[in-house]
Amino acid sequence: MSGADLSKTSGPSLAKAAPHEGLERVPGVPKPDPILVADSVRRTFGGLTAVDVDHVEIQRGTITALIGPNGAGKTTFFNLLTGFDKPDSGRWTFDGQDLAGLAAHKVARRGMVRTFQLTKSLARLSVIENLKLGGTGQRGENFFRGLFKPIWGAQEAEIEARADELLVRFKLDHMRDEFAGSLSGGQRKLLEMARALMVQPQMVMLDEPMAGVNPALTQSLLGHVKSLREDGMTVLFVEHDMDVVHDISDWVVVMGEGRVIAEGTPRDISADPAVIDAYLGSHHDAPLSAEEEEQVLAEVEEAIAGEEAG
Amino acid sequence: MDWELILENGGKALVGTDAVVFALAAIGLNVHFGYTGLVNFGQVAFLAMGAYGVAMGVITFGLSFWLAVFLGLFAAVILAVLLGLPTLRLRSDYLAIVTIAAGEIVRLVLRSASLRSSTGGSDGLQAFADPFFDINPLPTGGTALGPIHLGDGGYGFWIWTFGPNTTWVLIVGWGLVGLTSLMVWALMRSPWGRVVKSIREDEDAVRSLGKNVNWYKMQSLILGGVIGALGGVIFAISRQSVQPDNYSTALTFFAYTALILGGTARIFGPIVGSMLFWSLLSFTDVTLRQAVVNDKIPGDFLTGTRVGIIRFMLVGAGLVLLMVFRPQGIFGDKKEVAIGERG
Repeated sequence: MSGADLSKTSGPSLAKAAPHEGLERVPGVPKPDPILVADSVRRTFGGLTAVDVDHVEIQRGTITALIGPNGAGKTTFFNLLTGFDKPDSGRWTFDGQDLAGLAAHKVARRGMVRTFQLTKSLARLSVIENLKLGGTGQRGENFFRGLFKPIWGAQEAEIEARADELLVRFKLDHMRDEFAGSLSGGQRKLLEMARALMVQPQMVMLDEPMAGVNPALTQSLLGHVKSLREDGMTVLFVEHDMDVVHDISDWVVVMGEGRVIAEGTPRDISADPAVIDAYLGSHHDAPLSAEEEEQVLAEVEEAIAGEEAG
Repeated sequence: MDWELILENGGKALVGTDAVVFALAAIGLNVHFGYTGLVNFGQVAFLAMGAYGVAMGVITFGLSFWLAVFLGLFAAVILAVLLGLPTLRLRSDYLAIVTIAAGEIVRLVLRSASLRSSTGGSDGLQAFADPFFDINPLPTGGTALGPIHLGDGGYGFWIWTFGPNTTWVLIVGWGLVGLTSLMVWALMRSPWGRVVKSIREDEDAVRSLGKNVNWYKMQSLILGGVIGALGGVIFAISRQSVQPDNYSTALTFFAYTALILGGTARIFGPIVGSMLFWSLLSFTDVTLRQAVVNDKIPGDFLTGTRVGIIRFMLVGAGLVLLMVFRPQGIFGDKKEVAIGERG
């Protein structure tokens, strides 16, 4: 169940064979092999509808970007999917299992692990301890078994070996025994991603993985995100930087005012008028002429008059 | 100035019953606050559970002494669950508010006149620990090897001696301090300890990695509460008496002071902190009294009756200086504290 076991997934060669080919570019379009399917997910805060997603599917083994202007509901949608927030209504399945209403830690155990927009490094634990925390099924995490090292010592050594491998891969091995709180912003992003991999997830959800990362580290981070796909994992990430989206994503889902307003390949999305409207407002390219302004004004006055009469 | 008296009292306070009781209270707080990041301002309620569990178990419910001890520890588990269930899902400030209130509620309930028949009201309960002293193996008479007293003139070294019953309480008490510290050490080096320390740093990060954070917080609350209740048991036994007003909020804050003085999230922090705290209090107390009695301090400046308050001011000022120059406490790691502040 847990683990990005390559034999179970379609594998890197298939993942690269453009599974999105021939799909319609409409919001909520069905995918050939979706790992995540969400239906009618709604979340309101008082009078504000933060998320109102009718239907969206995420294709297995691909990198999907979730973009949209500020306040579009991307992070809220992320929180809902991963159990960090509760929706007013809606269902979603992950790998065929119903996840709606499940507590955050149970979502992670099913194989969907997230990172956070503001990195959550465990500051006063060493880098290696940060990673070891991610190990699943640890016997020593039980109170009574934890008291006796012979019970968990061997498993701990295995976990540590795996953590050390990840540290080398993410080029954090020179910081192994330093407090995580002494890492730079970019290194913390790397640490968080490596820690998520310790859970051996099938799907990784990255909330703004490039935010606050210095440009020198961006390329390396992008490489790591791509390598997740090569290892057979599915990636969904929130991002603002369109260059990043173009560079690494296979598919883009655009949110605006809580809804999915467009889907497509990065190239389609850049040209999609609905997306441009969402980011810039609907009359951005045509300033109103004096006549149009008068017309709008007349319409509004008429509407007000109508309301007062009614 | 009777320097020998000052030295004697200061030395005895270093290992006396107060130091044991507060060491256990502070070890419990160290599990809560130092390792798990739970802000428990009601540790005194857990001590009260242990103390009144023993006293009421024997006197009110007619249980055997040893069963009554277990009743006290079990009451601490129940209290931890009651406090934890509504608050552990919430931010840590809520636990702080609820626990500080719970501490006062417990004290006020215990001293209420309508429960006088079971709790003894404001007088408390007395004389319930005889079976504990009945099995005291230390004889009242004995020998002495030079300055080492083994029954002849009490037990101890040179001027620092205790009577056989107090010595028996201290042996059991420090034994419990050792056992609980060993347990905390074993847990904190284990993956269990890694999870609770991570919860202290950022609980959402721990959730995102598939750990049941609320359950770990509950386990930590119970563990630290039961260790505190052991302190309450020793407190009650040592005096053969429980009185509700001994279980005021100040006790919790003295335990915090001892913990921070020694260094949080360190095995020896709460132990050494508690020893030094009581030794310092005793030292300033006896020194000031001696100075007043021997007219070293003019009577219109300080009188003997005010010494009890002045000593807290002096020790408080000393602790402020310690926090300025050594914020990590005696055993703490300065680098770790600096990182904690940055977040």
